[in-house]
Amino acid sequence: MLDYIEEILTTLKQNKLRAIMTGFSVSWGIFMLIILLGSGNGLQNGMENNFKNIAQNAIQIWPGKTSESFEGYGKGRNIQFTNEDYDLLKREMRGINNISGRLYLWADVPITYGSEYANYTVTCVMPEFTNISLFDMIKGRFINDLDISDKRKVIVLSQSIIDMLFKDKEPIGEYVKVGGIYFQVVGVINDPTNKDSKDAILPITTGQMVFNGANRISNLALTTTSSSVEENKIIEEEIKAFLARRHHFSTDDKEALHVWNTLDTVKTTQGVFRGIRLFIWIVGIMTVIAGIVGVSNIMIILVKERTKEIGIRKAIGASPWSVIQLVLSESLFITAIAGFVGMLAGMGILYMASNIISNISQTNNMLDKIFYNPSADFGVAMSATIVLILAGLLAGYIPARKAAAIKPIEALHDE
Amino acid sequence: MNDSIIRVESLHKSYVNGKNALHVLKGISLDIKKGEMVSIMGASGSGKSTLLNVLGILDNYDSGSYHLDDIHISTMDETKAARYRNKYIGFVFQSFNLISFKNAMENVALPLYYQKVNRKKRNNLALEYLDRMGLREWADHLPSELSGGQKQRIAIARALISKPKVILADEPTGALDSQTSAEVMEILKEVNRSGIAVIIVTHENEIAKNTERIIRLKDGIIESNELNHSFKLQELEAN
Repeated sequence: MLDYIEEILTTLKQNKLRAIMTGFSVSWGIFMLIILLGSGNGLQNGMENNFKNIAQNAIQIWPGKTSESFEGYGKGRNIQFTNEDYDLLKREMRGINNISGRLYLWADVPITYGSEYANYTVTCVMPEFTNISLFDMIKGRFINDLDISDKRKVIVLSQSIIDMLFKDKEPIGEYVKVGGIYFQVVGVINDPTNKDSKDAILPITTGQMVFNGANRISNLALTTTSSSVEENKIIEEEIKAFLARRHHFSTDDKEALHVWNTLDTVKTTQGVFRGIRLFIWIVGIMTVIAGIVGVSNIMIILVKERTKEIGIRKAIGASPWSVIQLVLSESLFITAIAGFVGMLAGMGILYMASNIISNISQTNNMLDKIFYNPSADFGVAMSATIVLILAGLLAGYIPARKAAAIKPIEALHDE
Repeated sequence: MNDSIIRVESLHKSYVNGKNALHVLKGISLDIKKGEMVSIMGASGSGKSTLLNVLGILDNYDSGSYHLDDIHISTMDETKAARYRNKYIGFVFQSFNLISFKNAMENVALPLYYQKVNRKKRNNLALEYLDRMGLREWADHLPSELSGGQKQRIAIARALISKPKVILADEPTGALDSQTSAEVMEILKEVNRSGIAVIIVTHENEIAKNTERIIRLKDGIIESNELNHSFKLQELEAN
C-alpha cells in the first residue's frame, strides 16, 4: 500500500505544476458544487423561515363577497362569519384538529400603559389559536378556557410591545388600557419569523362583548388532523361546501371565501425548491465534468509521455491490470486530493457566509426569510465525495485504457 | 532428457500492413541449451529483432512452435505473458531502458515489485545485485548521473534480480565504447557461468566472438548456426 502511494507520488513530483493545475479544475468544480448546494439550502431555509409562525397543516378562511347570485340571493353580498359557524364547524366537521375564530378590532387601537401609548392591531382568539399560529411563549401564559368562559379582561402582548410600553418593568399582572378599558397582561409572546411583529391578543368572547363585536368573527383559522396535501384539500373542500350551504353561495364562487392552505403552499414551494435543487445538481455536475475532462486530458498526455516507461515496466513483468491501476490511482489521487481541498474551501466559505448572514439578520428582518444558514450538510458532503470518486475513475478510465494498450516492443523502440 | 531452455521449430511470423504482408521470419528452428551463451547476428531487416521479440514473449508468432523451459508458449493474454517474462526472462537493451526518475536501487528492484516482494526485501536484494556489479555506492544515483557502462550494469542487475532462466540482450554494447563493451561482455559471460543462458543479438563480430555459438540470420531464415571455436579456446585460457 505504501509502495503504491509512493509510486503515485514520485510520478506526480515529476511535474508538480501540472499536477496542481490539473487538480485545480477539479477543486473548482467541487467548490462550485458545494457553494451551489449550500446556497440552495440557504434559499430553502429562508423560505421555510416564512412558515415558522404557522402550523404546517393550517387552513385560514377569510370571508369575501359573493360574485354570483345563488338560491335567490343576489351577488355582491358580504359574507360574515359568526360564532355559529365556529360552533357548527367544531361540532360537525371531521378532520379538524384545532379551530379558532379570529376577530380583528378596528385597525388601530391605542394601548396605554402609564404615560406610554401606541396604536396596534388587536386580535381576539380562542385558546386553540396557539396551536395554529405558532409563537414562542416568553413569559406567563396564553389565553385559556376560563378566560373565554368568564370573558376575562386579559391580554397577551408581543415582546416588542412590552419593550415599548414597559421598558424594563415586569409586565405580567400589570394593567394596560385598550381602547379605554383596562386589561391585565397575562403573557408575552414572540413571533419566530418577525421579532418586530406587534400582536395584542384578547380572548374572543371578551373582545366580542367589550368592543361591540356581538357574535361576529372576522375569519376562521384551523388545523387539520392530516398531514397530506390531498386529505387537506378534501377537508378544505368539505369546509368550503359546508360554509357555502350555510351562507347560501355557490361552491364555485371564487370570491365568497378566501382560503390559505398552508400545507398546499408549503408543498408547492418545496416542489419549486426540489426543482431548484435538481437544477443545481445538474449545473454542479456539469462543472465537475469540465474538471474531469481536464484531468483526463492531462492524464492522456502523461501516458503518452510515459509510453517508454510503461513499456519498460511491461517488459519486466507489469501486467496490463497493474498499468491500469497505476494510471487510475494517479487520477484518483489527484481528483481526491484536489476535490477534498475544493470541498473544504466550499464548506469554509459557506460557514463564513452563514455566520455573516445570521449576524446581518439580527438587525435586518427580511434577509433571513430569503436566505438563511446556507450550509452543506453531511449528506451533501457524502454526495460530493461519491461524485469525486466517480470523477477520478472516469477521468482515469480512457488514459488507463490507452496505457494498458501500449505494446512493449513499440514503446522500447520509441527512442 | 531434455536440456533445452529455448526450443523453436519452423517459426513463421509476418507483419500485415494493409494489403501487404511482410514475411519476416520464414521458418526458424533453433535449440538453445540451458546455460548456453549464444549470439544471433544479422543485418538489419534479417529478422533478428523480431526473433528476439518472439523469444522474449513481447510479440506472438504465426505458426510453428516455441517452448521456453519446456513450456509451450502460444498466443496468450498479456497478463500471462507478463508473468512469464517476469519469471523466465531478463532483458538487457541497447538503450538501457532504465526508468529515469528512479534511482539505481529502485530500478534494479522493480521486477520484484511486480512479484509483490515487499519493499525492504527487494531493496536489500537490489543492493546485493548492485554490489555484484560493483555499483553499491551508486545505489542512490539517478540514471542520468551515471555513465553508459554503469547504466548497462544496472540494467543487467535488473535483468538478473528475478533469477531468470534466460537473458535476452539486444545490442547490449551498441551504445558503449569498446573498453566498456568489453567490461559488459565480461559481466555477461560471468552471468552465463552462473548457469543462465544468455542470448545476445548483435551485428558486431567482436561481440559474437565472445559467445559459444553464433547463429546468423539472413532474410528471415537461419543462414548458419555453428559453434564458435575461439570461444572454447578463450574458456580454456580463462581456466
